[in-house]
Amino acid sequence: MYLNNNIIAYCTIVKNVVYKNEVPVFENRDADLPAFLLSAYQHFELSYPKFYKMDKLSKLGWLASEMLLKDTAIKDYQPEEVGLILSNANASLDSDQKYIKSVSDIPSPALFVYTLPNIMTGEICIRNNFKGEDAFFIFEKFDAGFIEGYVNNLLDNNVLRACICGWVDVWGDDYKAVLFLVEKGKEENSIPFSKKNLDSIFDDLIIDKV
Amino acid sequence: MPAVYVVADNIYSPLGATTAQNFEQVKQGISGIKKHHNLALADEPVYVSLFNSNEISNHNSFKYSFFERLLIVSVEDVLSESGISATDTKTLLIVSSTKGNISMLETNADDPDLKDRIALHTSARMVAGYFGFVNKPLVVSNACISGIMAILTGARLIQSGQYENVVVVGADVISKFVLSGFQSFQAISAEPCKPFDENRRGITLGEAAATMILSSNPKYADRIKVLGGAVSNDANHISAPSRTGAELAHAIERTLSIAGLLPDDIDLISAHGTATSYNDEMEAKAIALAGLDKVPTNSLKGYYGHTLGAAGLIETIISMQSLKQNLILPTLGFETMGVSNPINVCTTLTSKRLKTCLKTASGFGGCNAAIVFSK
Repeated sequence: MYLNNNIIAYCTIVKNVVYKNEVPVFENRDADLPAFLLSAYQHFELSYPKFYKMDKLSKLGWLASEMLLKDTAIKDYQPEEVGLILSNANASLDSDQKYIKSVSDIPSPALFVYTLPNIMTGEICIRNNFKGEDAFFIFEKFDAGFIEGYVNNLLDNNVLRACICGWVDVWGDDYKAVLFLVEKGKEENSIPFSKKNLDSIFDDLIIDKV
Repeated sequence: MPAVYVVADNIYSPLGATTAQNFEQVKQGISGIKKHHNLALADEPVYVSLFNSNEISNHNSFKYSFFERLLIVSVEDVLSESGISATDTKTLLIVSSTKGNISMLETNADDPDLKDRIALHTSARMVAGYFGFVNKPLVVSNACISGIMAILTGARLIQSGQYENVVVVGADVISKFVLSGFQSFQAISAEPCKPFDENRRGITLGEAAATMILSSNPKYADRIKVLGGAVSNDANHISAPSRTGAELAHAIERTLSIAGLLPDDIDLISAHGTATSYNDEMEAKAIALAGLDKVPTNSLKGYYGHTLGAAGLIETIISMQSLKQNLILPTLGFETMGVSNPINVCTTLTSKRLKTCLKTASGFGGCNAAIVFSK
């Protein structure tokens, strides 16, 4: 039914390795999460001062989006044509805990602002001037079936022409980010946008490219 | 695409336990906002709309948190009266909340299970289990647009044929976490909030729960219909709204276009109207940009405060009552126009034939949402 929509690119950041379309492009095995995120930022020679003030969730999602969108034609779209449908299990709990610790002293607005998961969405939108539809859903586990249905609906009804979707979750040093760039058209190495392929990429299994 | 009907609804708030009770109070100009001096919330007295702490004692409080009991109480009667079955495979539960059980960070011991107990998916699963929903519930958590987004998501899942019925419930609890955060932003008003007023000084917070049951079943064709909606992002700032309002205006324009409506078709706007300087200014600009500056517009924050994940639902439900009773509610707290782009802020209870209402909201992360519904 939805054969027109395709995964143009995907990026996974897990266990201190960054993968772009399955290929490992950076690793720093011994670092804790903040040090790992900073080392990846420096390795890819990214220059975006706002990165330093972000919380871990936003840094992780933002880095994954930078790698995902690298060498794609995302800039060819109008701002309103690109949106983000993201999900995770722990919302912003990692930053919530940091914020509540500040409250007994002086509540920190710089920490409080990161106590919503969709702040990460906002950071990616600001970086890329994406003004299309966004949404943040909370699931116990990555729900490829829901993402497939919801994103297909947005693309097939011309709400969006390109959608960045997936999972970005942080709890302490436990984390995982898997982002997909889904577009209406096909490209040379694109993969059909299906629940099966989303699950295969998420779980690092063999991808059915046919 | 099939039409989406609002089968039934509930508001459970400090103003009442049903939609009818709430609308009666609001119609009489009664607000839930009161001055509270509660050291668990804040060191100084503060205006908030709060439940009496013993109000919801009829459910097992050892198993369910206060947040979960709010969700359950709001859904319970209206679901059984609606005749829609939670155990039907064509029925889905959607939960909208910004912070859910976050007050457990203040009250519970820091043990390894706390993370999962706080998680919104845990609350959703427990509430779904209470009613026997067979489908896995969906949780929307997208700052202050969560409520509208949950309604819109439910409507889309019905229109795409994935479900026939969707129960949308939203709630948030006001704890020190949330209050101190808005205070740290200097965003809390020292008086009850005054949306769109020149002397507005910020937000007043409130707690509440609300439920809307949506269905495509033609037997509800005489009910109010959700015609469509849209979401946009400012791509400007994570905590300050757009300077121009162009992005909210874009969401409004898309909403009208999806619904096949023109600006002249809108009889009433239920704005977000948080009474922060920036929000109301941006919202007025957006309403004007969309060609709606003459349309009667209210903010209901003066009655309920900002109820976060419940706000979009409560304000939609009250506005549906306005359509049904052909009655426009005044903006409690508003006296003098305080936005540079004047809009038609309602100031008195006015009888007028009403058919179609636009509801808007904006939130942290630069998100905007609009939805339109009609008799």
